[in-house]
Amino acid sequence: MERNLMKGNEALAEAAIRAGCKCFFGYPITPQTEISAYMAKRMPKIGGVFLQAESEIGAINMVLGAASTGTRVMTSSSSPGISLKAEGISYIAGSDLPCVIINVQRGGPGLGGIQPSQADYWQATKALGHGDFHVMVFAPSTVQEMVDLVTKAFDLADKYRMPTMILADGLLGQMMEPVTFPDEQSINEYDKTWAADGHKNSREHNIINSLILSPDDLEKSVQERFKRYDRIAKEEAMAQCYLTDDADIVLVAYGATARVTQSAVDLAREKGIKAGLVRPQTLWPFPVEQIRTASENASSLLCVEMSMGQMVDDVKLAINCSKPVHFYGRTGGVIPTPAQILTEIEKIAGGAKE
Amino acid sequence: MGRITVDEQRCKGCGLCINVCPKKILKLSEDKLNDKGYSFMVCFDMDECIGCARCAMMCPDIAIEVER
Amino acid sequence: MSNTEKKMKKVFSRPNALADVPTHYCPGCTHGIVHRLIAEAIDELDCLGDTIGVCPVGCSVMAYDYFNCDMIQAPHGRAPAVATGVKRAKPDNIVFTYQGDGDLAAIGTGETVHAATRGENITIIFINNTTYGMTGGQMAPTTLPGQVTQTTPYGRDTDTAGHPIRVSEMLATLDGVAYVERVAVDSIKNINRAKKAIKKAFEYQTQKKGFTIIEVLSTCPTNWGLDPVKALKWLEENMVPYYPLGVYKDKEVAVNE
Repeated sequence: MERNLMKGNEALAEAAIRAGCKCFFGYPITPQTEISAYMAKRMPKIGGVFLQAESEIGAINMVLGAASTGTRVMTSSSSPGISLKAEGISYIAGSDLPCVIINVQRGGPGLGGIQPSQADYWQATKALGHGDFHVMVFAPSTVQEMVDLVTKAFDLADKYRMPTMILADGLLGQMMEPVTFPDEQSINEYDKTWAADGHKNSREHNIINSLILSPDDLEKSVQERFKRYDRIAKEEAMAQCYLTDDADIVLVAYGATARVTQSAVDLAREKGIKAGLVRPQTLWPFPVEQIRTASENASSLLCVEMSMGQMVDDVKLAINCSKPVHFYGRTGGVIPTPAQILTEIEKIAGGAKE
Repeated sequence: MGRITVDEQRCKGCGLCINVCPKKILKLSEDKLNDKGYSFMVCFDMDECIGCARCAMMCPDIAIEVER
Repeated sequence: MSNTEKKMKKVFSRPNALADVPTHYCPGCTHGIVHRLIAEAIDELDCLGDTIGVCPVGCSVMAYDYFNCDMIQAPHGRAPAVATGVKRAKPDNIVFTYQGDGDLAAIGTGETVHAATRGENITIIFINNTTYGMTGGQMAPTTLPGQVTQTTPYGRDTDTAGHPIRVSEMLATLDGVAYVERVAVDSIKNINRAKKAIKKAFEYQTQKKGFTIIEVLSTCPTNWGLDPVKALKWLEENMVPYYPLGVYKDKEVAVNE
């Protein structure tokens, strides 16, 4: 298989096209503008649609429109732009439409900075928009995984009729690594008879809508959606475990931070500390089972994030607060180093020098 | 030469048709209300109807059909 | 004089594209008239099977129940962006939006202007009734100076609340726009003109001429505190002088001011 050296953002875009993405609506914002630039060049060549919208709000609403017609569609942005999309995403979820949204996270809050962060975890997993709904959230940690998870995101979005998100960060978006793209992949076809694409006088007219004024009906509709979410939680949670079988301290980290953390785990092992790593690949659904199993024999956990600690509570909940869950994080665009994480591991293991 | 049929249940008694009828042969029902509680339009002199359809064109509820 | 024995035939009935259901609009609200004109245009162009409508947030939020084509309900103000997504994904479909003055000229101004300047091949039907109806009659971008609303209880004071926007004139300045006309539905004559304009806008879309928008001066009897007939009169006497009727741009024809 041919390997290409590609920047993360561009690999994301190429993977989307190969997964059957026909429309891309975006807006420039650092550190993900390369996705728009790449799409601007590639989409016309494959007969797809690229449009730079008037704002991130315009873009997410264009996604809503294209998704309503049953077309595979994507948008991307970074932190502040994702905030702008909140209402549109809520409408997309409430209308049971599939789509893929990329967030290449930067430092926040507010205008923040342009360096990488993981401070949008809460936004992505708890409240990407108003109301009772979830979005499937994928957390790649290599450029190759960006490619693999984008493909999966389009597939599951169609399968479950919901928005999906790739929660990346500026590091992953900007770094260059070798990637291979799936050969001639077969794109799964899902039922699209619900789509508003013109009934050609051969069926009832379809309505794409999230307004349900009767409380009983709205409750029923939300509960039906949550039944789907329950199925997803059972079947689609993903995580990778590294050296957790005999780990006494289990670290939990995702995305780019997981790579740094893995290095720290190796350093710890060299020093005789039995450390291991669970790397969630889906943040929603959260890999509760995997974390529980991996930490069965551990005495404590250490959650490492590029934020003030947004995933740490989910880790505690996953193990029912049965063991101490420590936290180490850097924020504002600062990337932790393996040495800094090792210091935390040593503190927990006892016998760390200050 | 003309005849109108009014859907009494659809009519909301807004009066726009009465206002545009050139023969002034429309009024609101005086002693009857429809299921929604509206008085509805009644043509009290169908013989004078010329089938111009202005009432129907003005009706926001498409409650009037016109024949000519 | 009695009617002749000659067989009478129907000269007016509900258009096929308009769903045969009661509407929730207030008595005398002109939304119903405009819905019918759109449905007649769709029938006459025989494009119901290809049409996709986008409805707004406002009194006409439930327009998805009133048309027999596929419909999409859009966030407040965003219908032109939603319509753009639909049309870019499905260029051979006929796509229209139906929007009120808050939707189009307040929260949605950005989406409106950019869909217009991009020359999106869609049709926007813009209902201008100088008020936010659904939420109880607050000031709209099109509320007239001195007009009393729930949020301008002493009359719109242009010093503090600014001036109204003339949308047709504003959009006519954009190169991407193919056809802009302002019409009204306060009289039979004006309704006929409005029907022609709406049909022409849809025709331009089928001919891929570009972005078309018809601004329809309309009434809101309930929030104006006027009966439906007096509301039409108010429209004629107050709105038409401020928002003159006419074609503001037609790329097929040179328009003289």
